[in-house]
Amino acid sequence: MHMPLSDTLGLNLLAANQHQAEHNREHFEAWNLLCLNVMSSPGAGKTSLLERTITALAPQLEMAVLEGDMTTQLDAQRLEAVGVPVVPITTGRACHLDAAMVSGGLRQLQARLNPADLDLLWVENVGNLVCPAEFEVGEHLKVALLSVTEGEDKPLKYPVMFREADCVLITKVDLLPYLSIDVSRIEAHIHAVNPEAEVFQLSASSGAGLEAWHQWLLAATRAHRCRAELDPGDPNLVNASGSAPSSGPSWA
Amino acid sequence: MHEVDMTKCLLLSLQEWKRGQEPQTPVVTAVHLQVGEFTCVEPEALRFTFAAAVQGSWLDGSTLEIESVPLRARCLACSSAYHPDPERAYRSPCCDRPMEEIVSGRELRIRSVDYSLPHQTSQPAAVPPR
Repeated sequence: MHMPLSDTLGLNLLAANQHQAEHNREHFEAWNLLCLNVMSSPGAGKTSLLERTITALAPQLEMAVLEGDMTTQLDAQRLEAVGVPVVPITTGRACHLDAAMVSGGLRQLQARLNPADLDLLWVENVGNLVCPAEFEVGEHLKVALLSVTEGEDKPLKYPVMFREADCVLITKVDLLPYLSIDVSRIEAHIHAVNPEAEVFQLSASSGAGLEAWHQWLLAATRAHRCRAELDPGDPNLVNASGSAPSSGPSWA
Repeated sequence: MHEVDMTKCLLLSLQEWKRGQEPQTPVVTAVHLQVGEFTCVEPEALRFTFAAAVQGSWLDGSTLEIESVPLRARCLACSSAYHPDPERAYRSPCCDRPMEEIVSGRELRIRSVDYSLPHQTSQPAAVPPR
């Protein structure tokens, strides 16, 4: 007998990815580190900025990078050169990192170091302004980059990315004298879709504006650690093999 | 075409639901989704990839029903709801405020599944919403 039934699921379409992202975040909590997901279109300057920022903050923060790249390991090599541990994640056909890929990267990272020694974990996503916005990897904060050469209206054309970002970096501002771009309009468009976004204008090439961004990062890392110390998680959350139980609290 | 990855994720999520039905094997006739306008998902592309992905799987023969949910925001100055227009930089037409509170349009939800249980003897309790 076939009896028609209907179940109300109310599940997120991306529930499977969401579960893995929460699992990753539980690891981050147990290791007491802040994880940032860095996203932008290809060529906005993610790797150049990380080179500068990691070099500048290395005396104060222990950092590592999970480096998403569709086909090459060129960016991973550039970041290794500034003296930070980098795990390349080659995504192949996929145009974004998902939580399972990041989980695989974390296992490789654990083979090289103890993540509990880190303060900050960078996840450099694949260059793309569309899908990385929907695929959480377990990050605490999303950072989106937009270079001035991309034009004033990108926040309106890719609104989901800029709505989801906690922090937006307007990059390559050293090129402004050569462009007919009004940077205040870029900023206005970002705030139109996301009034709460922190916005910094900077140039990894000239160094302009980097100091304010670095101060924001240091404050975010400190705030994260204070929160963790006020609410210490279960130290047994991560067992000897490094795998955390699939259920448990997660900080979102 | 990230709808391929979206579809993979949808199938994994449905797989989790199916495991909850064990030892019975549900025959799914329709999967109902709600897809918000303010997401990175194109319903047509999702339908296309779903049809291709379920061929030969336990979901073969099922249809994907997509309900589009329009983007709605609330103006925090006057509380009126509006449809944010990209041409107006998503700002409220009443008070020219930025898009602060999104009321709907971010949905990416599996709303329900229509199915039958071959050779079933008793009707199982519905899965509680998660």
